[in-house]
Amino acid sequence: MYISTSRAARPASPEAPATPGRRRAWAGVDSNVLALGSVSLVTDISSEMITAVLPMYVIFTLGLSPLQFGALNGMYFGVTALVRVAGGHAADRWQRRKLVAGSGYALSALCKLGLLAAGSSVPVLGAVIAADRTGKGLRTGPRDALISLSSTPQTLGRSFGAHRALDTTGAFLGPLAAFALLMATPGRYDTVFVASFCIAAFALVILALFVRDRRQPLEQHERATVRDLLGLLLRPGFRRVGIGVLLLGAVTLSDSFVYLLIQQRLDIPEEYFPLLPLGTTGVYLLMAMPLGQLADRLGRLRVFVAGYGALLLAYLMLFGPVGGPWLVITTLVLHGLFYAATDGVLMAAVGPMVPEHLRAAGMSLIQTGQSLATLASSLLFGAAWSMWGLHTALAVALTVLTVAIAAALVILPLRQESTT
Amino acid sequence: MSARNRILILLVVALVAITTVTGYALRSRDGSGAAGGASGVVRLDTAGQILFRDTAPGGSFGRIASVPIDRPGGARTTGPMLCDRLYAAHGTGICMQRKGPVPSTHVTVLDHGLHRTRQVKIEGFPNRARVSASGNMLSWTTFVQGDSYLRDDFSTRTSILDTRTGRLVNSIEQIPLTLDGKPYRAADLNYWGVTFASDDNTFYATVRTSGRTYLIQGDYRKWTAHTLRTNVECPSLSPGNTRIVFKKRVNASANRPWRLYALDLATLKETPLAEEHSVDDQAAWLDDHTVMYGLPRHGGGWDVWAVPADGSGAPRLLIHDANSPAAVTTHR
Repeated sequence: MYISTSRAARPASPEAPATPGRRRAWAGVDSNVLALGSVSLVTDISSEMITAVLPMYVIFTLGLSPLQFGALNGMYFGVTALVRVAGGHAADRWQRRKLVAGSGYALSALCKLGLLAAGSSVPVLGAVIAADRTGKGLRTGPRDALISLSSTPQTLGRSFGAHRALDTTGAFLGPLAAFALLMATPGRYDTVFVASFCIAAFALVILALFVRDRRQPLEQHERATVRDLLGLLLRPGFRRVGIGVLLLGAVTLSDSFVYLLIQQRLDIPEEYFPLLPLGTTGVYLLMAMPLGQLADRLGRLRVFVAGYGALLLAYLMLFGPVGGPWLVITTLVLHGLFYAATDGVLMAAVGPMVPEHLRAAGMSLIQTGQSLATLASSLLFGAAWSMWGLHTALAVALTVLTVAIAAALVILPLRQESTT
Repeated sequence: MSARNRILILLVVALVAITTVTGYALRSRDGSGAAGGASGVVRLDTAGQILFRDTAPGGSFGRIASVPIDRPGGARTTGPMLCDRLYAAHGTGICMQRKGPVPSTHVTVLDHGLHRTRQVKIEGFPNRARVSASGNMLSWTTFVQGDSYLRDDFSTRTSILDTRTGRLVNSIEQIPLTLDGKPYRAADLNYWGVTFASDDNTFYATVRTSGRTYLIQGDYRKWTAHTLRTNVECPSLSPGNTRIVFKKRVNASANRPWRLYALDLATLKETPLAEEHSVDDQAAWLDDHTVMYGLPRHGGGWDVWAVPADGSGAPRLLIHDANSPAAVTTHR
């Protein structure tokens, strides 16, 4: 078994989590986490290349209407949510996390070629997009389980921080790569698809060569069943985190909304609007690691709730007296901090609450709940907007977020969480 | 496997991947030079031609092109300029193209010799472009992703440019609107598909709010607009200014949602046109009796079709491998 050897190979006490400093910080991250991070980085370049050019390709080369594209892109959400839990469960049941994650990566890679083959057939294109989402759903849970199983309890936050920093770097580079290719070969989307496939295949090779699986010996009674998975919901700690995550997710406005408000408040040239999300992403990738380390020391759930506090401040900024460049900078920094303090940190917090043989499915369950809650929040806010008008809807949203944060402080098991 | 071997394999795979991508990119670049129509001089002030966006695969894909109006199936002349959407009238043209390292839509105003007279950079994807018959009033629409509260939803942004004064209204969203006879304000107003009358002041367009689309009539100088009726998208005013051809939503699902209709402005009587395919385009008038529009082919590619504007007859293929048509009938 890999697990025993690799765990033993590491010093029993993790290298001084108290010493800051960038080099030291990265040195404390398990090589398996770095390998998984590299796979995510390269995969994200590949997938974000497609995301960046797909609307243009579908509308101006294939001739689909924006309406059809919206329908194509918006469906299958439910499928992804289910696949995510199923992928996590399969990975646990057979203790084949690397295999399940790898199949997810492989499926998404093949979908890049599927885009070439689909031509302008809407049903085939829909199937390819669905398969790509399925691949993403399959891999997320097992991958996060591998990260958590490759870390010591003391370094979970740091590991997830390192992984998310690498992952986000890929998301940052993807669109740039796609547009550079399109400038070299104008109008040739097939070049982008082929490049994206090659990059995804390269990521798969990194996974195969450098990522070690984490498998627990399967004893008769330990084979994870659906009942075990549902049993997680009876564990008070896990259940409290689940409820807190659903609550906070349901009161979080979508990103595009933050950018829309910045645009409305400021008279910046329209051509620069697409740069706003890059600001958030940039802060996220820089801060993921430091906040992960901070979470290891202060308590992960505390940092998680503080992240929502940053989000609340970002919303308040948008209504405050400050304008001009400071408004943009402060808001985007707070928004980036929100992501850095919540995304990976939540997984680091959930990890120790789930027994090892249920790790992938348990983490998938939380992620699925979070994305469903976010979808619900979009629908609720949309309804509030058309019913009461924008400003009342916003005031309600701010109030509800404040109340939810206060409630989360009570609901989440902040005290019970072990800190080092 | 030793660490050295693993790194060796990784390097080999990286090399293969880089070679594949470079080779493919170079090949598609070479291929780009070959096919396509005869390249030549496309002018906006030559009467008796149809301008369009060439969508024949190969090097001419996406370029501005022209064919004689009496021989639309004949040889095409392809110009150098790349456009995602274009329109022209009376020696003035609009070319919309999304490009740049941080992509945005570049709206280029063209003179009769395709020289740039003005350029506006805006957010979103090129969608509609129109020039009034005199060449004085210009309008264009982009659709913007993520402007709304639900992701994957599109909203639109429509601008009007008066070339006589140079005045640009970046977004017409703030125009005072009377809806069903009452003043109306809302956050979710989206305008698209402007068409100007020959007085260069009256215009028609579509507005969408709380899930419904309306045909509006606007007054540019007074800067007011009012709704005329519901379920009208992308109006296109006839050369005689008596009728509008528009796309009507006939199916709630995304599958075959629209059909072209004609609306008589005096009687407000609607007539479905003979084209039974779903058309997502702002039709352009070929002459006073016929409209033309781009239609995606099953299996990829586009063609421009024409159909009588009174509901009679049958659609006919006008220009193969083309979209975004504009008939140039008058000299400047």
